[in-house]
This record gives sequence, structure tokens and C-alpha cells, in this order.
Amino acid sequence: MKQKSFSWQRLVHARLFMPLVCLAVVLLANVIRTPDFFKISINNGVLYGYLIDIINRSSELVILAVGMTLATAASGGQDISVGAVMAVSAAICCQLLSGGEVSVTSLAAPIVLAALAGVLAAGLCGAFNGFLVAKLHIQPMVATLILYTAGRGIAQLVTRGQITYVRVDAYKVLGGYIGSCPIPTPVFVALIVVIIMAVILKKTALGLYLESVGNNGKASRLVGLNSALICFMAYVICSILAGIAGLVASSRIYSADANNIGLNLEMDAILAVALGGNNLGGGSFNLTGSIIGAYTIQALTTTLYAMKVSADQLPVYKAIVIVIIVILQSPVFRSLIAGMKRKRAVTVDEK
Amino acid sequence: MKKKMISTFLAFSMVTALLAGCGSSGSATTATTAANGASTTAAQADTTAAGAESTKADSDSGKTLTIGFSQVGAESDWRTANTESMKSTFSAENGYNLIFDDAQQKQENQITAIRNFIQQEVDYIVLAPVTETGWDTVLQEAKDAGIPVIIVDRMVNVSDDSLYTAWVGSDFELEGQKAAEWLNSFATAKGIDPSSLNIVDIQGTIGASAQIGRTKGLQDAVDKYGWNLLEATTGEFTQAKGQEVMESMLKSYDNINVVYCENDNEAFGAIDALEAAGKTVGSDIANGQVMVMSFDSTKAGLTDVLSQKITLNTECNPLHGPRVEDIIKALEAGQTVDKKKYVDESIFAVDDTVKSVTVDGNSYDVTVVTQDVIDQRAY
Repeated sequence: MKQKSFSWQRLVHARLFMPLVCLAVVLLANVIRTPDFFKISINNGVLYGYLIDIINRSSELVILAVGMTLATAASGGQDISVGAVMAVSAAICCQLLSGGEVSVTSLAAPIVLAALAGVLAAGLCGAFNGFLVAKLHIQPMVATLILYTAGRGIAQLVTRGQITYVRVDAYKVLGGYIGSCPIPTPVFVALIVVIIMAVILKKTALGLYLESVGNNGKASRLVGLNSALICFMAYVICSILAGIAGLVASSRIYSADANNIGLNLEMDAILAVALGGNNLGGGSFNLTGSIIGAYTIQALTTTLYAMKVSADQLPVYKAIVIVIIVILQSPVFRSLIAGMKRKRAVTVDEK
Repeated sequence: MKKKMISTFLAFSMVTALLAGCGSSGSATTATTAANGASTTAAQADTTAAGAESTKADSDSGKTLTIGFSQVGAESDWRTANTESMKSTFSAENGYNLIFDDAQQKQENQITAIRNFIQQEVDYIVLAPVTETGWDTVLQEAKDAGIPVIIVDRMVNVSDDSLYTAWVGSDFELEGQKAAEWLNSFATAKGIDPSSLNIVDIQGTIGASAQIGRTKGLQDAVDKYGWNLLEATTGEFTQAKGQEVMESMLKSYDNINVVYCENDNEAFGAIDALEAAGKTVGSDIANGQVMVMSFDSTKAGLTDVLSQKITLNTECNPLHGPRVEDIIKALEAGQTVDKKKYVDESIFAVDDTVKSVTVDGNSYDVTVVTQDVIDQRAY
């Protein structure tokens, strides 16, 4: 008996416990209103259901959350330019594919090349952010504010203020389906990104270095780590991932909508990191937590659609749920709960 | 020393951010010229850049009218077409001198622009306001200077109506009514029972005047004809949201047969979601097709009507130039003008099942989309 309650305690105190509970609660809340929420069927040759929607639609956010986690860990600040960087990457890719036309039905450049150019441009944005943060020690939020405002302007300049359409089936693959595969491609993209990043963090010392630099940059430098370079790399990786997310978002609508691609997504990405139980002040981090956080946010959006919440009230409900989740996960609340438990234990003992 | 450097860079970066935020507002004309790309002709650029005095050939009236136009920005194709319409109407060849100002979505810029126009003593001010409120002071200044102000597109909300001379724009509720009347006539012609019309409304950005008008047009018709409105939710006027919302609604209802999208971009997204779910889009509701209705009638939107994906597309006309010119001509001739002037807007349909619709006693013709219609489209 004692053994059992001991392991239960350990489970409750595990880092991923609260993020997982929150995700589960959001998902299970649906069963009340929409009994067949978890039903997955094959429709038109592809998987079909609310769960599939959640996993598919959250792909961009998962990719962003991975990058945001690294940038947060290394610098103790957030990169708020990721949404705009998505737009830049999409704009450059689509503009190359369309060869400067507003709408095309044939490609002007190979897709791989255009996609690489888009991601490269995103990487350059990341290098700019990284330089400001790591070399010049500007507050991350202030440094990335530059591209947050200018990024969409750059994307608009690239697309000449128009929405550039690439109406070619091959370009729709990234945001759609590969051949007759029933699983949406964005799911694979997110999965590949997560696996690659997990392998890099596990197999190299990068993860450890990031945590060390985030915890104490000066001490890390004194033990021989190049703090600035590691922080710089975190921002470059963050922006490259944003670039990939931008390509997925652009492929979904086979166009570059510089005004709307990734709009407000930087806030969701930061929220995902926070919901994952990560410290926004930098240092040690948990990638899995951020990914769970990203799925929770999209699950919430899809849930509100499924519950037929009217459009004008949508933000209110979203805010209420998020406030509750954040409070549940706050250290003060947690210690309060722990204190209550201890008190109860004491009174039981007294009896 | 180090701290000082940090603060210097901080200040520097903030200035950069500020500059970046304003885009290329240094010269408003260059900004739009860049945004419009190749479509801006050299002649128009000349006119707008030339400042106050330069005019070539005087028109028959012998007098060159100077017009100051403050535009919201260049955020969409619609806006670009709106700007183009003004520039081509008030060209030097037509005997006008247009001073164009791009406000980059900021009201402060528009207020500054109007004050500049007053100082330059223009003959008329044309304003496409970014917001409805906060215009009283600057419009009073224009009135005191004796310069007539013509508002285009969005309305201004001022305490005193006499602060502006006239307003030119779209009647969004009428657009919604036209679309709804068309749906009623179409259903009647095809012998479809009103109660078997299961409609979903993908709304625009909540609170936008286009959303309010178009939603109301549909809602009123739903009450009047007994249609079944399953759900109304926002697609925020974007393709990505339209797609996401449609995906979700397809899972909630399996009997949707009419999708009412409040602009073309949402319609594109909805069509993709419908087709991905194995539905066929088209006008043949009786045989399981899902009808998509849309607004704006952009070139891309009409192309989808031609390929029978969108059944009905109600126009939102951005070509305000000629209407504004009519008002100015009337004012020059000393006539009084209507306070509100709506632009003519067409209805584009996939076929001629319904030839015209009647709203409040007025009849509006329905145009069947052909390749010619699309080719004539400027935007």
C-alpha cells in the first residue's frame, strides 16, 4: 500500500505530469458534447476525424515550439519574430516558384531549390537575431522585435504586396498528402523535425551546453564553453525551424499570404513552451513538454470549434481555459496543493 | 563601459525597429509604387510625385483641380485596385493633380496627411479612413479651411454630419441580401424545399463592416425563408482559417449543402477542405453537391466560378474613382450631392437559372461568368 502511494506521488511530481493532465482534460471534455470526438475513420482515402485535425493542424506549432524551447533555454528570452520569419520563408519560396507572377500553374524553379532558399532566408533572419542577442547582449524580446515588425514588411516587399499563388499539385504535397498515404504530410514533417532535434540533443552535448549557457552564461564561458556561439546557434535553429513551419503553412494554401501566414503564432509557441512546464527564464528545458503544450493549444482550438462556440466568444473561452491551465501549473499553486496534502496527512495522523 | 554600449545598441535597435515598422513611409508615393509593382505606369507616378504645381495639358474646363487622397495602405488586391482606380481617374490627362498618401494602416499618418493637404490648399480631400472614429478635429480643420472632404470605402463616425461632404462605398448588407435572394430564387427554380437547405456561414473578421452586413443579409433571409442555418463561425477573411473551420464543420454535420463564405479567400480554403473530405462542390444540391457562395469577385474568385467550384460570387466593387469624380464635377458645377453614394455592384453566377434578383423593389441583373468577363477584370 505504502509502495503504491509512493509511486503515485512520484508520478504527480514528474515534470510531464501536469502538461499531460491538461491535454487529457481538454480532450476528454469533448466527449460530453461530442461523443464521437475520438472517432477516426477513412474518408476519401485519408484518415478523417477531430483527432487527426488536431495532430495535423498543430504541426507548425510543434515545429515552432521545438525551436522556441531551445532559444528560451539558451537566452532566457523568447524569439517573437518566428511568425514573421514564417512569412518571409513562404514569400521567398513562392516567389521563386512563381517566377514573379501573381498566380502560376507551372513551376518556374525546382521546389527543392525554392524551399531551400526559403529556409536559408529564415536562417539569415535567425543569424541576425542571434547576433543581436548573443554578441550585442540585447534583450531577446527587443532584439527579435525588429524582425517581428519588419519581417512581414520584407515578405510584402518580396511578394510585391500580393498573395502569390502556386497552383501546382506538387507544391501542395507538403501541406497535404503524399500520394495515397492516408496520413497528412505536416504530421511527418513535425515528426521528422522532432526526431532530428531529439537525436542532436541526445547524441551531442548541445542540449547540455544550451542548459548550461542558459543557467549561467558567465560560468559556462569560464569552464570553456563559447556561450555566445551556443546562444547564436539556438536562434539560428529556431528561425530555420520557423522557416520550415512557414513552408508547411504556405503549402496548405498553396500561396504566400504575407499578411496572415504565422500571424500571432509566436505567442502560441511561447505559450506551448510555458504549458510544457518549462521555465521561461532559461536554463534546463524539456522538449517533450513543449510538444505536448503545442498539441494542447491546437486541441483547445479544435475543441471550441467542435463545441460550436460562436465566433465572437471564441477568444474569451480560449483565454479562460489557458488561464486555468497556467494557474494549475504555477509553482505557487503546486506548493499550495502540496501544503494542503501535508496538512491532511498531519490531521489523519493525529486521529 | 559595457553597460553604455548595451544601451547605445538598445537605442539603435529600437530606432531600427521603428523605421522598420513604418516601412518605407519616407516617401509615400514610392511605397505604393513598389507595392503596385509593374502595374503603376510612369505617367501616374509622375502625377503623384510632382507635388503641387506641375500640370501638363489643361482639361477643357481650363482649371486644374488638386486632389489630396489619403489611402489606408496596400494590404490586399482589393485595396490596390481601389488605389489604381483613383490614380487612373484623377490623372494629369484628365486634368487633375492628385497628391497621393499611403497611410500604412495608421490613423496618425492620415491625420498628418490631411493637415498637409490643408496647408497645400488642395481643392478636394478624399479620405479612405482606416478606422471609423477620431476624425472630428481634423475634419473640422478641413471644413474651416473650406475644403470639401469625400469619404470612400469605410464610414467615419463624427458628431456633425456636415464635417464631410459625401461618402462613396459598398452596401455590404445589400450584397448579403442579393446573395440570399439569389439563393431563394435558385432553390425555387430547382424545386428545392427551403427547409432542406442546410447552410453554414463562414464569417469574416468579427466586427468588420463587411462581416456585419453580409452576415445580416443571410440571417434575415434565414428567418424569412425558413432555411436551416447550422452554424456561423469566423474564418477571419483568410484562406487558411476558412479551410480549418470548414474541416471542423464537416465533422460536426454531414448534411451541409450550402457554404456561405464572406470573401473569396475563405471560399478557396473551404473548397479545398470540402474536396479533401471527398465532397463535390457545385450547384447541383439535389444530387449531393455542396454549393459554395462567395463575395468580392476577384479575378481568382471568378475563375473558380467559371470552373463551377463557386456557384455565386457577389461583387464588392473597389472602383470608387469614377463615382468620386462625379461628385467633384457636380460640386464644381454648384450642384448639391447625395450624402451617401453606393457604387454599382454586380452578381456573378455560374449559370442563368436566375436572371435577376429583386431587393427592396430594385432589380439587379445576374451576370453569367465567361472567360471574357474574367479577362476584363482588373484585379
